[in-house]
Amino acid sequence: MTRTPAFGLSLAAALMGTTALAQDDPIRIGSIATLEGAFTVLGEEGMRGLELALEQAGHAAGGREIELISEASDATPDSAVQAARKLVENDGVDIVIGPLSGSEGIAIRDYSKTQPEVTFVNGASAAADTTLREPSENFFRFTTDGTQWMAGLGEYVIEEKGWTTVATVAEDYSFPYSQVMGFMLDFCEMGGTVPEKFWAPIGNKDYTSIVYSIPQDVDAIYVALGGSDAVNFLTQYQQAGGTKPMIGGSITVDQSVLSAEGRRRDYLVGTPTAGPIADNWDNPAWEAFQTAYREAYPDGLGSPSLFAHGYYVSTLAVLEGLNEVEGDLSDGQAAFREALATMTLETPTGEVTLDENRQAIADIFLTEVAMDEDGELYNEVIGVTEDVTQTLGMPREEFLALGPASRDNPSCP
Amino acid sequence: MARRAIDPRAAVALAALIAAPLVLTDFWLVQILGRALILGLIALGLTLLAGFGGMVSLGQMTVAGVAAYTVAILTTTGTGPALNLPALPAVLLALVLGMLAAGVIGLLAVRTSGIYTIMITLAIAVVFFYFTRQNYPLLNGFDGYAEVVPPEPWGRPAPFYYLCLAAAAAGYLWIARLVAAPFGLALQGLRDEPRRLESLGFDVYRHRIAAYLVAGVLASAGGVLLVWFNTRIDPGTVSLGPVIDILVIAVIGGLSHPVGAFVGALAFVLIDNFAVEALPAARERFNLIIGTFFLLVVLFSPDGLLGIWRRLMRPPQDAGSTARED
Repeated sequence: MTRTPAFGLSLAAALMGTTALAQDDPIRIGSIATLEGAFTVLGEEGMRGLELALEQAGHAAGGREIELISEASDATPDSAVQAARKLVENDGVDIVIGPLSGSEGIAIRDYSKTQPEVTFVNGASAAADTTLREPSENFFRFTTDGTQWMAGLGEYVIEEKGWTTVATVAEDYSFPYSQVMGFMLDFCEMGGTVPEKFWAPIGNKDYTSIVYSIPQDVDAIYVALGGSDAVNFLTQYQQAGGTKPMIGGSITVDQSVLSAEGRRRDYLVGTPTAGPIADNWDNPAWEAFQTAYREAYPDGLGSPSLFAHGYYVSTLAVLEGLNEVEGDLSDGQAAFREALATMTLETPTGEVTLDENRQAIADIFLTEVAMDEDGELYNEVIGVTEDVTQTLGMPREEFLALGPASRDNPSCP
Repeated sequence: MARRAIDPRAAVALAALIAAPLVLTDFWLVQILGRALILGLIALGLTLLAGFGGMVSLGQMTVAGVAAYTVAILTTTGTGPALNLPALPAVLLALVLGMLAAGVIGLLAVRTSGIYTIMITLAIAVVFFYFTRQNYPLLNGFDGYAEVVPPEPWGRPAPFYYLCLAAAAAGYLWIARLVAAPFGLALQGLRDEPRRLESLGFDVYRHRIAAYLVAGVLASAGGVLLVWFNTRIDPGTVSLGPVIDILVIAVIGGLSHPVGAFVGALAFVLIDNFAVEALPAARERFNLIIGTFFLLVVLFSPDGLLGIWRRLMRPPQDAGSTARED
């Protein structure tokens, strides 16, 4: 056999913008992160996690080189789909890692159904419905969702803090719905009430109308806002003299907000939250990840945020899968997908496995904001809930019968 | 009009566009040319309103959004009201509702002029954006609707491209003739001397509202194609960014001729897709790049890219003799 036909074939394949056939070609990975809009800081964090994982693997897996092509979105589903189309239809990537934001995830899940040749691995998006309802065969999520992230928080707030009446403030889209649902399922069952829920659009600048509408007789406010939205709300709440203690959504008292400068620092100390990471977890794998992050990004945050963690874990899964099949993406990536679906992934936050909908089952950390001797805020571990499933341990049918999380579901006024 | 010989440049451009599927990849066909034709069609309405009617309306994307949402709600096969209407009645209804929206915007806007027209149409666009975001029962809020696909075979790259090309060419020919017809000439008269036209017996407001309706038809057709192009719609499609993009497209293309909208749209789409590759550090700086480009065009060629083209094409002996053109 001469070399010319093989070369011609791969050249033709490259020109057509389709998946390269030859085994020694680089594997093309596309990334989508929110590098525009209110979640820009979060998107930059996601890219740090992804690039760190690639760097550690020497930009190669399964004996093949990895080529990274990145695209930006702005948290709207449209922008994510446009980025994905560019990656898949023009750049001809084999694997897409992303997106970051909840409703983007749902849109990419829908788009993945039209591109069966490409494998999509979620970045850090955490709307429950992305994998819970109408899952897609080639969409994998190695990160836990917004509902899972709240595991144990409702119970802790009632039993340890004694707060039984809570108002919620959250952004008006799928991911915060999942978070509020995750919190309220426990909280309401234990006798808590949520008399009022406030929903603000992503990228909202002026929260005064919400700040002054928060009822005076609540014990605490539950805040699920991300990036600059969280910073804006907290600043305005404090300027208005608000003193209610806060319960944090997973991304609200994440490093992407805690690291921001401002007067709100003292106020945040003691805020309970739950999520997929804990800044001071005493575990060698986590500390190794933290050290690697700090070394690679001296200008980054004090400690990796959950977005850096999410994209890092997702990229690890891809690398691990590629290693397992030795870079073989033939036959519609069947072997690679089988490897992803069945692997037990060692991550900085413990083992991750996937359920039948290709959704992660992993440990969740209950934390409280604390201040270290340098005056830096971090999340201190209170407890770990192990192997949290997407249905929070309930039978799938029963959990689905609760209905999709929305503005009005669940409700316990 | 029919007596006029076909412009050879237009014939070449049309032949090239018709032959495009033979040489271009699907990405170039749909994501670049298809998208440029769709955005150009929507911006064409603004060229008519602003360039020939003197009314800078920011309502074009909103009208497109009304039509797009109509098609999405009636035909989506994903999450939604599951009406699953055939495409034809859905598209017709979308065009009607889009025109209605354009008529309402026109009614509100025609009594204003200059910056006040911009402000009132901007206000309408922003109100519509927040409405789409907040309304869940009808418009499904932030998530919008997915899985909105055109009927077979129009979903495939080449047919979809030809659909866009046909719509854009029809829109272009219509407007190119309209601006030379009495209606268009009167519109230009209204732009320059509304009082004189009024004294001649023209109903200024009705004439302007009619122009809004014409622009509305173009925007609605563009909106239908846009929702098929994206196969989905959500408030991001009608947010402030895309609303301003239409103005940017019309201005960088040039407002003096209907073809400007398409030239501007092609430049915009190319920058949108490839600025990132030319300047890797600029991945997060798309708005800065398009903004700078916009400023440069406005500063150095008030008539957009068309103006630059004309200056380059003008025979040397004509240079500087602008007076003769009068």
